[in-house]
Amino acid sequence: MITSEDIRQSSVPQFRAGDTVRVSYRVVEGNRERVQNFEGLCIQRKGKGIAETFTVRKNSFGVPVERVFPLHSPKIAGLEVVSRGAVRRAKLYYIREKVGKKARVKKAT
Amino acid sequence: MATAVFGRKKHMTQAFQDDGTLVSVTVIEVEPNLVTAVRTAEEDGYDAVQVGFGVVPTRSVNKPHAGQFEKHEAPPRRHLKELRDVSGEVGGTIEAGVFSEGDKVHVTAVSKGKGFQGTIKRHGFNRGPVSHGSHNVRAPGSVGASADPARVFRGQKMPGQMGNKGVTVKNLRVVTVDTEKNELWVRGGVPGGRGSVVKIRKAGE
Repeated sequence: MITSEDIRQSSVPQFRAGDTVRVSYRVVEGNRERVQNFEGLCIQRKGKGIAETFTVRKNSFGVPVERVFPLHSPKIAGLEVVSRGAVRRAKLYYIREKVGKKARVKKAT
Repeated sequence: MATAVFGRKKHMTQAFQDDGTLVSVTVIEVEPNLVTAVRTAEEDGYDAVQVGFGVVPTRSVNKPHAGQFEKHEAPPRRHLKELRDVSGEVGGTIEAGVFSEGDKVHVTAVSKGKGFQGTIKRHGFNRGPVSHGSHNVRAPGSVGASADPARVFRGQKMPGQMGNKGVTVKNLRVVTVDTEKNELWVRGGVPGGRGSVVKIRKAGE
């Protein structure tokens, strides 16, 4: 079990909206467990403490997909920051209205 | 014999279970309950233990109260209450460890007082129309029939005191027992505000 005290010492990497992250998520299929990767742009971090979540948006075969992950969930096997983005706001909801080249964020320098 | 203990509601939080689900829990502080007397069916007509909990300095209780603890050579406790059908030995303690993970418990406490409330908040009545000249906005409406029965039935829902009464929440699951910190984590909410005294009793006993 994970409690609010465990997360104080937990090793979640520092990342914010605009960063591209890769989430390794444990998926249970029947009685088999495997790890599924989900890589995309983090468009928000929401909540605080143990209930904090983040939303990852990616393009899956032309279909935009957004997934919300509980940040401290034991189902997250790994969390990796692929690249940092330079954005000026904490929630990148405007990305949803953009397609193609406009649906990108600048790389942080 | 039943299993029960007194504690104090600390606060609510959340915790991830091993299967990844996030559950809401109430943290209850269970200071070891000092058994101060034992009631028996032969002598008192019922079985129970009297326990003290909530250690306080001697100066903050009156002399008769402090005297109750002198024979146990223990610092006085703020509360002296009985737990029915619980066995124990005078001088011993009842601790959080009497419960284990996965147990179902009933939690009894005094709910938060809401004061004198109308029928809408207290009983979930509907409100009347607020416009077109209506004056029947939050009024309770009719409370009965006419010349027959010529009275209002007992139990008719009316405005009155809401909350600040004993409430039992049944079948809460014990998520964690922390015998080091004397904490009991139960799933879901329990009545009362933070710091209020709660009685935890194992379900089905």
